[in-house]
Amino acid sequence: MRLRALLAALAGVACLAAASDPAERLPDPAQEAQAREIFRDVRCLVCQNESIDDSEADLAHDLRQIVREQVKAGRSEAQIKAFLTERYGEFVLLTPGFNLGNLALWGGPFVVVLAGLMLLTIRLRKPGPEAELDPAEAARVQRLIEDETA
Amino acid sequence: MIVEAGAFALILALGLSIVQVALSVAGRLRRSAALAGAGEGAALAAFIAVATAFAALMHAFVVSDFSVANVAANSHTEKPLLYRVAGTWGSHEGSMLLWCLALTGFGAAAAGLGRTLPRGIRSMTVATQGVLGSVFLAYTVFASNPLLRVIAPPVEGRSLNPLLQDPALAVHPPFLYAGYVGMSVVFSLAVAALIEGRIDAAWSRWVRPWALAAWSLLTVGITLGAFWAYYELGWGGWWFWDPVENASFMPWLIATALLHSAVVTEKRGALAGWTVFLALAAFTFSMLGAFLVRSGVLTSVHAFAVDPTRGVLLLIILGVTSGLAFTLFAWRAPSLAQGGLFAPISRESALVLNNILLAAATMTVLLGTLYPLIREAMTGESISVGPPFFSLTFVPFMAALLVLVPAGPLLAWKRGDARGVVQRLWVAVLIAAGVALLTVALVSPRKALGAVGVGLGGWLVAGAVTEIVERTRAFRVPAAETWRRMTGLPRGAWGMTLAHLGLGVFVMGAVFETAWKVEAAEALQQGGALNIGAYHVTLDGVRPVAGPNYDADQATMTVTRDGRPICQVKPERRLYTAGGQTTSEVGICYRGASHIYLVLGERRDGGAATAWLVRAYWNPWASLIFLGPVIMALGGLVSLSDRRLRMGVGRRREQPA
Repeated sequence: MRLRALLAALAGVACLAAASDPAERLPDPAQEAQAREIFRDVRCLVCQNESIDDSEADLAHDLRQIVREQVKAGRSEAQIKAFLTERYGEFVLLTPGFNLGNLALWGGPFVVVLAGLMLLTIRLRKPGPEAELDPAEAARVQRLIEDETA
Repeated sequence: MIVEAGAFALILALGLSIVQVALSVAGRLRRSAALAGAGEGAALAAFIAVATAFAALMHAFVVSDFSVANVAANSHTEKPLLYRVAGTWGSHEGSMLLWCLALTGFGAAAAGLGRTLPRGIRSMTVATQGVLGSVFLAYTVFASNPLLRVIAPPVEGRSLNPLLQDPALAVHPPFLYAGYVGMSVVFSLAVAALIEGRIDAAWSRWVRPWALAAWSLLTVGITLGAFWAYYELGWGGWWFWDPVENASFMPWLIATALLHSAVVTEKRGALAGWTVFLALAAFTFSMLGAFLVRSGVLTSVHAFAVDPTRGVLLLIILGVTSGLAFTLFAWRAPSLAQGGLFAPISRESALVLNNILLAAATMTVLLGTLYPLIREAMTGESISVGPPFFSLTFVPFMAALLVLVPAGPLLAWKRGDARGVVQRLWVAVLIAAGVALLTVALVSPRKALGAVGVGLGGWLVAGAVTEIVERTRAFRVPAAETWRRMTGLPRGAWGMTLAHLGLGVFVMGAVFETAWKVEAAEALQQGGALNIGAYHVTLDGVRPVAGPNYDADQATMTVTRDGRPICQVKPERRLYTAGGQTTSEVGICYRGASHIYLVLGERRDGGAATAWLVRAYWNPWASLIFLGPVIMALGGLVSLSDRRLRMGVGRRREQPA
């Protein structure tokens, strides 16, 4: 959070949801809503981790204009995103693509879940410990009792 | 002179920490109570020495001694006293000193409060804490000393970033750091237990209070940061999945998992290896957080510690300390006892599922934060991981976890009764469904997913209440009996209920605010107005005001609903003269738990008259977002006061090692 603050201050502006500026808006509310939806997934390339929906930077302003024009021209969200990726690379989209390069990113958490469930299953199937304590365990019990009562 | 004394105390603290390690290890090896006791004394002395250095730095900030480089770079004579004090930890160097203060403080506390621990574990805990203290103090003294003088002191300082000049942010770092560093005791206890080869129910009971305290502090710290972001940045958001936020969130998630798995180890002797693993991981993630924030690896343009050698040093500290600890773990863990058996439907299984889901959630945050770096290093391609990624991965895992939360505490240990749990929870199910249906029926526009989310929050709250009702047999036995059972409940049980209740409150607020917030913006002239939801906001006027170290334009805005006045707020746009930065001070009108959030934007000259860009947000139930975590932290504190955690208090007899 502090990082964001510093960056905001570096830019010399208070960061506001810049995209809501009435001067930039499209006349058709449905198209404007669609454009806003797209803004939230497009990175302001010169800012730190900000979408063009939030950023007041000039580049964000230009990108918003491009997106709005394309929305107005009736292009779909996928077409617009493809256009932006073509021009600026995968970096421009805030949602990383579902591709081989991002396999570990999208799959990592599921591997954790699968591994966890597997370990749990193994643990559930293991035969129980002996009812009798072996000497080492008996010694441990003795030590525990001593800790508690000493 | 005070500054030199502080610098000397800092070096002394480093020496004392090294002595602390040597004495504690010697005490353990020779089984000498005197040597071990001297090691504990050194831990206390090291804390006093760091506190002296810290006080010296704070004094330099308060009196604006610009001959100290750190003060000159981060303070200003015009700054109010609170922010001069907070400036002590406002810079990289100062915050590392705060980190050392907390680290030695927890070390001293562990040495002082650990009298019920078996002597071997106690010595090794103090020794490990000493190693951590030595490493971080060495870093502070040699690579990041905040008490260095400059040869030609400037007349005026460069001031602290104005966005950081805020009461919530002044106290945010101490809470956050105390939380981060509180995990060090858990880490040290784990290392000590691995060395001593005893991890059992008793060990788990020693770990719990430290984990609880650190978790509660971290909860408060993160919430303060989110609240600050909410009202200071002026765009109505409270969580951005920013790398720096993620850095503080990962230790929290791990600590949450640890609190739950430690219960299993304590009550059933099971999961010992996993609990130790989490105990090591919690502080590792704290150090990772410090590294990510302080090193600047995650950002290319950024003003904090751009010095890459420091980043490398922090990375080495992280790699060596955690690496050694995990090596020790890999070596010792296979010898750990397996503990009791349990059935697929049992409290143990539920807590294991909780841990799996929390681990997966932590993995999403970790990958989301570090994957762009890894991919860029390996292939040279850069990608962005932003909020949409976390909505698609983190949120489903957490939602799955939240569905399970109310069932967990109602399941019996070893072998639970699924039907019995369903029977006991049907009222809560009805309440949750009712909340979701009411949300669909009453709130417009209709959003199915939002309604489900609010229902999930209701499920958690109703589940927490059900748990207490079940434990006290309320409505089934006479009121007096319920009261007797209620007062007889251990504090730990109340703490858990409060924490789960707070989680529910948070979920309701977070979902409602995210799904139904409304935004409006207009360029308004004096007397102009805009509509936001059911409210009508009028810009009455804008006038210049002078603050202690800034000039501001202050707007007066009146909020009305159906012609009736609701409130008047005065948002500001401030220009800090020392650094030339502009910040906005939002005006928030509280309506129950909801906020009307008003921001004065830039001035638009030209045209007939001067206009101001005014942004308005209707943030429904936003207060719950911050109230929920406060209830959770309160739950942690209540649990901490449980007398079972203070077992052995009053039995101060020395124990054989």
